[in-house]
Amino acid sequence: MAEPVIARQSTPEVRLGSLDTLWFQVAGTVCNLACTHCFISCSPTNHTHEGLSLADVERTLDEAAELGVKEYYFTGGEPFLNPDMEAILEATLKVGPASVLTNGLLLDPQRCRRLGALADASDYSLDLRVSLDGYSPEQNDPIRGEGTFERALQGVENLAAAGLNPVLTVTEVHGESSTPEGKERFFALLRSVGIDKPRLKVLPVFQIGAEAERSGAYESWQKLREGDALEGSWDHLQCSSCRMVTDQGVWVCPILVNEPEGKMGEALSDTLGPFPLEHPACWTCHVYGVSCRT
Amino acid sequence: MSHRPPKDANEQERLAQQRQAREKLTAHRGMATWGERLVPLGDFHRAAAQAGRTLSGDERRQAREKYLAGAETEMVAPAAGVEGPWSRIAVFGGVYNNHFALESLLEDAHRRGAEAVYCLGDLGGFGPHPEKVRPLLEQGGVRVLQGNYEESLASGREDCNCGYTDPRDNHFATLSYRYTERHCSADFKRWMGRLPRRRRVRVGDRELLLAHGSPRRINEFLFASTAPVPFLEVLVRQSRCDGLLCTHTGLHWHRRLPSGANVVNVGVIGRPANDGATHVWYAMLEAVANGSSGSTRSGELAVELVPLRYDHQALAREMRQEELPEELVETIETGWWTTCLEVLPPKERAASRF
Repeated sequence: MAEPVIARQSTPEVRLGSLDTLWFQVAGTVCNLACTHCFISCSPTNHTHEGLSLADVERTLDEAAELGVKEYYFTGGEPFLNPDMEAILEATLKVGPASVLTNGLLLDPQRCRRLGALADASDYSLDLRVSLDGYSPEQNDPIRGEGTFERALQGVENLAAAGLNPVLTVTEVHGESSTPEGKERFFALLRSVGIDKPRLKVLPVFQIGAEAERSGAYESWQKLREGDALEGSWDHLQCSSCRMVTDQGVWVCPILVNEPEGKMGEALSDTLGPFPLEHPACWTCHVYGVSCRT
Repeated sequence: MSHRPPKDANEQERLAQQRQAREKLTAHRGMATWGERLVPLGDFHRAAAQAGRTLSGDERRQAREKYLAGAETEMVAPAAGVEGPWSRIAVFGGVYNNHFALESLLEDAHRRGAEAVYCLGDLGGFGPHPEKVRPLLEQGGVRVLQGNYEESLASGREDCNCGYTDPRDNHFATLSYRYTERHCSADFKRWMGRLPRRRRVRVGDRELLLAHGSPRRINEFLFASTAPVPFLEVLVRQSRCDGLLCTHTGLHWHRRLPSGANVVNVGVIGRPANDGATHVWYAMLEAVANGSSGSTRSGELAVELVPLRYDHQALAREMRQEELPEELVETIETGWWTTCLEVLPPKERAASRF
């Protein structure tokens, strides 16, 4: 008698359609904060990944140009802890648009003026994203740390004074943040510090790293299977159009840098093949339609 | 039996929180975070060093070629024959139901001696009376491409597929779309569904690829400040052409690449270019004989972005008669966008009033 056929629930693969967005883990996992929802548990003592030098970034920019990359993103940790950060931005803005994801704490007026000058000198856009997790210190500070609400808002105000209009980036740790009313409250907060064209990005939380401790890890059913994608295409996932460069090689995306399995190679050219969507965080990207892009 | 007063409990909780926060700041000394585990730094670094694949120099070159060629086939495959050669063409996009501007465009292009007129799509949205656009296109012999608006209307989508997340942008985009959707006949929608998504056109000896957003995606935004030269060079090579023409963003620009290829966003004739002026924009392309430029290739391409005046007051009147939102009428009368601003990159947004 034949064995009954058991439907194999195999792991799907995502192809790289086009490498449009290139990320740099420019400050490694080192941060001046230790937020309780950080999906890669960044902190002042986390050296899982170290920062990148100007030379590291320039080498990758050359390869990226050959592959036709469209935009560059810088994250950490806190990017402005990297002493080369402004030189890195200057080099990047010669070849394409750049975005920096920052906690806003190191945005003093002098730095903001220098960033404003860099933005003006380039044909391409320089964008800054400042993270905040609530409309008030009471909502934000338990997540991001004592006093961070006031200090991040001061950073936003300094950027505005230098003619830069940052995107406020908010995670859904507080559910109301993503509602229309919630968005309006953040717009009002930005207006209160001198930003008349408020911009906002809301991101879901990934239940990994520090966030897994805070709100619980993924459960076994939260995993992608072949057949979950509409018309069999995974082109809506950001990993179909991005890669992440760290001091230890090239990873598939900005989320999985604390998983060695997320690493695809040493140079961009090693990483142009498909990637298996094995990690439960891939489930979040699919279900919530996440893109880390602005 | 003692019970602590609430003040002490709060105080203790606060101290515990502070202690926890301090511990977090130093938790990773000598340790790495591997997923949810803390492991000795060396363990993570060794595992990372072994992960992924490392190709040789030759293999990397092959991988790059294979990757670039893969994207290429998709963009080149559906193209039909090459139209032309023309010596002079007019190209416009984004009519947005603005039949007044369309009429002016046809006159202007004719006066300037355009042998062919191309429309890169987005016929509807924003303005009044969508059905007035089609006869003008047909009488003018305009060669039309499908935009995301036509794709959405023909396929019965519920929105224009611009991808707004700002509630205000979404409100006006939806309102515009529903108006156009209601006022388009089923026959017009079927006609939209049959429009091609790309055309290849020869001007002089230059072969141009025409698309709505980009050659690869109907709703890709190509703004001047976020479409860098190396990206465009690859896109042109993959499209196997000497130049790309697109629209979709509403803002016109022209970049001549180091390779000699031209990339032109022809702008839109449906609403002003968010610069405080009421006129709109289109592009004239002309083959010019090789002369003083010293170029090694014959038949240079001259690209002119043309400001176009039209009766914008008549349009504003008609929009009000149709009870379209005053915010949209304001854009026509002032030249400043009041909606759909969220998609603008920082540079373009900085130049915007709102």
